Amino acid sequence: MIPIDNYIWLSTVLFSIGVLGVLYRRNAIIIFACIELMLNAVNLLMVSFSNTLNDSRGQVFVFFIMAVAAAEVAVGLAILVMMYRKTKSVDIDILNRLKG
Amino acid sequence: MTLYLFYFLSFVAILSALLVVFSKSPIHSILYLIITFFSIAGHYVLQNAQFLAAVHIIVYAGAIMVLFLYVIMLLNLNKETEPHKTSLAKIAAVICAGSMMVVLVASLKGASYLMAKPGGDIGLVKNLGKVLFDEFLLPFELSSILLLAAMVGVVMVGKQDQRTQILTNTPSTEANKIE
Repeated sequence: MIPIDNYIWLSTVLFSIGVLGVLYRRNAIIIFACIELMLNAVNLLMVSFSNTLNDSRGQVFVFFIMAVAAAEVAVGLAILVMMYRKTKSVDIDILNRLKG
Repeated sequence: MTLYLFYFLSFVAILSALLVVFSKSPIHSILYLIITFFSIAGHYVLQNAQFLAAVHIIVYAGAIMVLFLYVIMLLNLNKETEPHKTSLAKIAAVICAGSMMVVLVASLKGASYLMAKPGGDIGLVKNLGKVLFDEFLLPFELSSILLLAAMVGVVMVGKQDQRTQILTNTPSTEANKIE
C-alpha cells in the first residue's frame, strides 16, 4: 500500500505543471492540453483518497469529471477551429481584442 | 515492488508532463500528453481502480487525444507557426507555478494522518456499478444529456456560417453590403 503523501505530491506536481503550461504557452491548443493535465491531477488525487478512505463515491465523481472533460474538450476545440478560420492563428494573445 | 512501480510511473508522468509544456512542436506536446495519460492509467491500476483505468484509457487516449491530433493536423500547425512569449513572461510563469506548488503542498501536508481502512475492492466494476446506478442514477442520466448538448453545440459552432459562404462567393462590394 502506497502512502497517501506520495500521491498528494505527485498530483500537486502534475497540477502545477498544468498551471505552468497555461501561463507559459501562447498556443491555445497546448493550453487546452494543460487544462486536461490539471483535470487529471485532480482525478488522480480523488481516486487515491477514495482508495485510502475505502469510499467509492470519489471514484464515481472521477467518472463524472471524465464525462464533463470530454464535453468540454469537444466544445473548446470547435471554438478553436472557428477562431482559426477567422484569424488564421491559434495565438491566444490575439483574443485580447475581445472586450466585454 | 509496488513502491518501485509507483516511482517509475510517477517519473514517467512528470517527465512527459514537463515535455508537454516545453516541447517546441504542438504535435510532440500532444504525443507526450498521451504518455502522461497512460502512466496515470497505470497509477489507477496500482490503486486497484480497474474500471476507472479502462474508462480513462478509452476516453482520454482513445477519444480526446484523437480529437486533439485531428485538430492540430487540420490547422496545419508546426514548429514555425508556433507563437512564443517574451522571456520575462516565461520566467514569471515559472515563478508563479512554483509558488503555487509550494502553497498546495503546504496546505495538503497534514493529510497523512488518514489511516488506510481494510478492504479494497471498491474500484471493481461490480461495486462501482452498484453505487453508480443506485445513489448516483440521476447525475448519471444528466451526464448523458450534457454529452448530447455538447454534441449539438459542437455541430452548431463548427458549422460553416451561411453568411461567410455568401461572402466568399460574391464580389467584395456585395460582401461589404452584407456585412
